[in-house]
Parts: sequence; structure tokens; C-alpha cells
Amino acid sequence: MKKIEAVIRVEKLEEVTEALETFGCPGMMITHIEGHGRQKGLTEQFRGREFKVNFLPKVKIEIVVRDIQVDKIVAAIAGLAKTGEIGDGKIFVYPIDDVLRIRTGEKGEAAI
Amino acid sequence: MVNAGDTAWILISSALVLLMTPGLAFFYGGMVRRKNVLSVLMQCFIIMCVLSLQWVLVGYSLSFAPSKGFWGGLQWFGLNGVGLEPYADYAGTIPHQAFMIFQAMFAIITPALIIGAFAERMKFSAFLVFTLLWATFVYDPLCNWVWGMGGWLRNLGALDFAGGTVVHINAGIAALVTAIVLGRRNNLEKNVPTPHNLPFVVLGTGLLWFGWFGFNAGSALAANGLAVNAFVVTNTAAAAAGLSWALIEWLRNGKPTVFGVCSGVVAGLVAITPAAGFVSVIPAIIIGLLVSVICFIAVTVIKPLFGYDDSLDAFGVHCVGGIWGALATGLFASKLVNPAGANGVFFGNPKQFFIQLLAVGVTIVYTAVATFVIYKLVDIFVGVRVDEKSEAIGLDLTQHRERAYTILE
Repeated sequence: MKKIEAVIRVEKLEEVTEALETFGCPGMMITHIEGHGRQKGLTEQFRGREFKVNFLPKVKIEIVVRDIQVDKIVAAIAGLAKTGEIGDGKIFVYPIDDVLRIRTGEKGEAAI
Repeated sequence: MVNAGDTAWILISSALVLLMTPGLAFFYGGMVRRKNVLSVLMQCFIIMCVLSLQWVLVGYSLSFAPSKGFWGGLQWFGLNGVGLEPYADYAGTIPHQAFMIFQAMFAIITPALIIGAFAERMKFSAFLVFTLLWATFVYDPLCNWVWGMGGWLRNLGALDFAGGTVVHINAGIAALVTAIVLGRRNNLEKNVPTPHNLPFVVLGTGLLWFGWFGFNAGSALAANGLAVNAFVVTNTAAAAAGLSWALIEWLRNGKPTVFGVCSGVVAGLVAITPAAGFVSVIPAIIIGLLVSVICFIAVTVIKPLFGYDDSLDAFGVHCVGGIWGALATGLFASKLVNPAGANGVFFGNPKQFFIQLLAVGVTIVYTAVATFVIYKLVDIFVGVRVDEKSEAIGLDLTQHRERAYTILE
């Protein structure tokens, strides 16, 4: 099992989550975050003075999937979230030791 | 002769009506997604700036100077001759400028109502040009026809106490036209936009209800019995409509919602507006109870059926509620309430209903055509809609380089 953690543009969230539904991902976690990678700086204005904001709004999607699904899903997210401009985001993949469904006590892949 | 009590009431009423526009800003601002809230607040506030100037320079003269057919004349340009003595044709007991500034607030809120139809997708520059042209070529002439000295709808005997046709049907039809020609927001089917801050909607509704006392009771243009009648029926109709909307939801969807009560209250206020100075309290209850039924059908059945994206239901509430109010005035008006008015159908004068119908029809046709032409002109020269990416990112950042909320401090 792997956890896929994708940090993407806010405006790409709808498209990506919709695609994830078609892969049959049963659950996902969405967090609005602020941060930066290499891309820095969003210009805002405050009473006529321009200023750079270091942290940009992004969304983070976290899903836990079976090993065989990982490549397809990562490719799908990357394809949809890409605009080609700086600031498209990153995808991280982590190994998962175990999963427990609290209600039933199921463990491992059955609990995903 | 200037009467101190009347003048005080009109000044207070003017301030009350001005407050409706920030109220509307929160009412609408709460309904949009968080990425667009500032754009709506901005549109409402810039209208207060732009139209205040347009009004004292040309708007008041075009609207209220004795009619030259299409418009009033330009003899009151820059308030030339609009002084501190009463102008008896409009209001004999308050300074002419008090009448002028009271009317200014109506000229401000009317184009602001249209924002509800094109929220979340209109370019700010295009919005400014559109609003200025619309105020000058749609609001000002219509205002002159209905309220101006020698205006032809006024001479026909159409009753519109505080702006059912001039404000609500007018703005509501313009809303429908812009919603249709501008097209739907992207991704509506997959991602139904939900209000990002319902407490803002409640706050806005509260301010609108409060300000509406100035709008309707102030339209008596004096601190007198008629103003009291307008005040009482305004409150009554709003209450009946808010309750009625909640009950409809309760019966149909299983739960009454806060959003529903707010929608009902505003619909009730809209519907009582043309009638406030002509009907008594029992008709006000009927007008309020029924407007929610009619508007509820408009926004939950008719809108999805035709598929136009009137984002915040400016047409569904203001035009539909306004038409019901204008026609209800033709049904329930009574000379017992206002000897200067007329009797409606239920008081033995069926003709009044047809005069009301004509005034509504004229407003719809003129406003629809003129709004369409203005829209097309602005689209050719400025381009009305933001590009797809800006719409996805949101108007706050792309049009104003500001954000309403941050996650970190």
C-alpha cells in the first residue's frame, strides 16, 4: 500500500478529484494549505503598495491505494494538474505499513 | 415651505437606503465562493462611488427634470437650479436637494442588484462601463417615465410607490438578459457552487430589511400617516414572506433553511415595494405569503428548466417578486389608504390592473432590449467575460490582486 500526497493548484482540484472517483478511490483527504516550492511570490496590493506573498494557496490531496494502482493514479493526477507554468505542484508517494478500519477492525488492504 | 420633520425623515431615509447597498454586498458576497467575495463587495462599493457622481452631474437631471419625451432635460446638469427650496411638483415640504439625494440612493442600488446575475465571471473594467451606460440609458429614462414630471407612464396612472418597476423589475430583467448572454459559469454541472459564508447572507438580509424602511416609508416623502402605513406593511410583508419560504422548504425538502428565510424576506420586501403606499396590512400579508411561493418556483423549477445561470437569483427574486408586487398593487390598492392613489380590482377598479400590466410590460421590453444592446457594445469594445483561467482562480486575485481570507495569519 502507498499513500499518494499531491500538492496542486487550487483551481485544478475539481478535475483531479473527479478523475480519482473514476479510479474507484473510496476515500480521500483534502486540505487547503499555503506554502511554496521553487515558485515564490504572489503579488497582492495593500493600499496601493504592492507586496509579494511568500506562501501561496494550494490544495493537498491525500489518498491511500493498493500498490498496483499507484502508477496509474500518479500519472493521472500529474496529467490533469499540469499547466506547464511554474507552480503546478508536486506529488509525493509514501509506503504505508498498515491500515485499520476503526468500525470493523479490518486491517491491511481490506481496510482501504 | 420646508417642514423640519419631513426633511429630517427624508435625510434619515436617504442614509437608510444608502446602507442597503453595503447590505446587498454582504447578501451577495456570502453567496459566492470564497475566491470571489471581494469582487462582489468591490462591485457594490464602486457603484456607490461612480453613480453618486453620475447622479449629481447628469443622472438626476435626466431622470427628474420635466420630461422631454425619452429623458428629462439637461437643465439640472450638475444640480444647476436644484436648490434648498422645495420643488413642489415632487415634494412640497422638503428641500429639492433632499429629494435629489434620496433618489440618488435608488439610482445606486438598482444597478447593484444586477450584480447577482453575472457574479463570479465578469471583468471589472467591463462591469464599470456596463454599469455607467446602463444607469444612463436604462435607469434614468425609465425613472423619468414612471416618476418624472410629465413622464408618460406616470400620466397613464401606473402606481409604483417605491420602485417595483423602476428598481426591481428593471434590475431583474437586466439580470436575466446579462445572465443569458454572458453564459453559464464553467464547471457548474460537476461542482455546484455553494455559498461560502451564510452568516454574511444573514447580515446582509438584516441590513436590507432595516434599510428598506427608508426605501418604502421614505417614499412618502414626508413624516406622515402614509409613511407609517408604508413602514407597517413593509415589515409585515417581509415577515410573511420569510416565514412562508421557510414553510415551503420544510414541507418540500424536509428542513427549513436560514438561506431560505433570508431569500423569502428579500422577496417579500421586493413585492411590497410598489404597493407600500397603496395597500393595507391584510393585503400585505397575502402579498408576502404568495411572493415566496412564486419566487420559490422561479428559482427551483424555472431556472433549472431553462438553464440560464442567474448566479444569485437577481431575476428570480427581484424581477419575479417585483412583477407580483406591481400586479398585486393593481389588485389590492385602495384609496382608503392613499387618496392620491387609485383603487385596485378588489376595490372596484379592474382597469388599474391593466395599467399595472402595461407598466410592467413596457419595463420588460425596453429594459431587455436596451440591456442587450449595451451588453453587446461593451463586449465588442472591452470584452465582458474573464478568461477561463481567471474564472477558475477567482476574481479577487485576478481582478483586484487581493484575497479575502488567508489560511495562515
